[in-house]
Amino acid sequence: MKIWGKAGYGVTGGALAILFLFPLLWSGYASLRTNSGFGLENYDRLFTSDNGIRLHHVVNSFTVSALTVGGTLVVATLGGYAFGRFRFPGRDALFLLTLAILMVPYATILIALYVLLGWLGLQDSLIGLSLVLIMFQLPFSLFMMRNSFEAVPRELEESAQVDGCNSFSTLLRIMLPAVRPGLITVGLFAFLASWNEFFAPLILLNSTDKFTTTLAVVNMRTASHGSIDYAALEAGVVFMAVPCLLLFAFMQRSYVRGFASGALKG
Amino acid sequence: MSMTMQRPAPPAQGPAPRRAPTNRRTRTRSLIGAAYAAPTAVMVGLFFVTPLLLVVWMSLHKWPLLGQPTFNLPDNYAGIGDNQLVGSAVWFTLKYTVIMTVLLFSLALGLALLVQNRRRGVGFLRTAFFLPMAVGFASASLLFLGLLSDEVGPVSDALRAVGLVDGYVSWTSGSANSALGSTVVLVLWRFAGFNMLIMLTGLQAIPLEVYEAARIDGASRWQTFRRITLPLLRPTIALVLTLMITGSILAFDQFWILTRGGPDNSTTSLVMVIYREAFIRLDLGSAAALSVALLAVLVIVNVVQLGVLRRRSH
Repeated sequence: MKIWGKAGYGVTGGALAILFLFPLLWSGYASLRTNSGFGLENYDRLFTSDNGIRLHHVVNSFTVSALTVGGTLVVATLGGYAFGRFRFPGRDALFLLTLAILMVPYATILIALYVLLGWLGLQDSLIGLSLVLIMFQLPFSLFMMRNSFEAVPRELEESAQVDGCNSFSTLLRIMLPAVRPGLITVGLFAFLASWNEFFAPLILLNSTDKFTTTLAVVNMRTASHGSIDYAALEAGVVFMAVPCLLLFAFMQRSYVRGFASGALKG
Repeated sequence: MSMTMQRPAPPAQGPAPRRAPTNRRTRTRSLIGAAYAAPTAVMVGLFFVTPLLLVVWMSLHKWPLLGQPTFNLPDNYAGIGDNQLVGSAVWFTLKYTVIMTVLLFSLALGLALLVQNRRRGVGFLRTAFFLPMAVGFASASLLFLGLLSDEVGPVSDALRAVGLVDGYVSWTSGSANSALGSTVVLVLWRFAGFNMLIMLTGLQAIPLEVYEAARIDGASRWQTFRRITLPLLRPTIALVLTLMITGSILAFDQFWILTRGGPDNSTTSLVMVIYREAFIRLDLGSAAALSVALLAVLVIVNVVQLGVLRRRSH
């Protein structure tokens, strides 16, 4: 637009970019800054202080993320294949019901999920938490996979069936490679959501040794009554953010694709 | 790194009818389809429909964290009115929602307009605005806790250096207004790029010919924006506003981590009250009643949005 003259555009854009990047750069700086210069002391305290995080918290986080990504991929792939390629009774109702999850956010049903998981013997359990996270990922994932399957040319599938493949081996051998971009996007979203999730684990996990890293790092802040170890906290922030930033750097295309299709129509 | 916007996949079409299908083949095929959809149905039934019904059921009972529930309608709902914290949390959440939505919307639209055209450096700018999205919201809240702290953060030092403040300042817990301001800045930083990206998708869906025609008719930049961009962007704006309003009404992480609801409960949001009822006062029934009330409000917000979207498609 003309009101942003060339210089105006450069100055405004540059200033805004600095404002947006500054907090990220600062947290990296603060996490490395020590009394005597720079070093990894803050990271050391992050992992060794009384309130700090432990290796099992990191393992818990990876477990929950792996279960959520794996579960979401399996359910959404089978579901996407069903909705994209088959007609069956209740098809439209189930699809609408799944999308309705978007309308009923988190906080309102987590209390009930807490009670429900107790009945199922999954209270304070990483599996229970993962099942809930998979459910919350379903609207986006199912939508994405249905569109991916619909976009695969029908001839591809038919030629496989002529060769004697049943529907499942067609799915495995022919369809899965064709919907790979969709799978990557769905997996990426499921990872980012489960790795960073705070509210669901806060409610569903009780014992500190079940905590995910996010919970454990936040616990360093909320469990401290006097002084907060800010430098170790920033080390925790960086530790949590690095996997996500790396994924972003390499998979931005997949992220934006998910966005463009999900945001416009979801 | 650069961002490419991709067009969404072509609109959904049901599977084409097979050529002269026998009844049995159709039935087998529909059974196979139902089998593939079964995991989805189980997940949605067990972890979405059941808790949705359960939360309503719970709201009708006195439901302690441990022990037997007993029917007590309408005590939980009546109790909402008597709970003083609920009153202040409702007002605070409303205030926060209005402030947040206005500021976030303006910033996101501004950013989207700034980076909508291909020109030098635009990929870098988009990435810079979007990058905070890679940090989890809880982590981002902790990041700002440090950033705004007097102990290690540079913000207070910088403002002292230019003489805007003096002495010790506590942004996140000093006063009700500065605590609210801290969370607003945090949310702007974290979500502006996300909403910018949605609006960018909407902006790029407007055909260039429309702008071309307006230019030939001699429309000014402002006229083009008011008469073309805004109306054509309406579905996207409705979507973004719904996301912002819903997100603000459900705000929890930022207050839980950054301000701890303080000072003096001045930044205690509705969802924080639900959490408090359930896990500090151990009264799940009253937490469920609050959830149901909140759910009703959110359904209304969503229905209004759908209405806006419908109106446009006719």
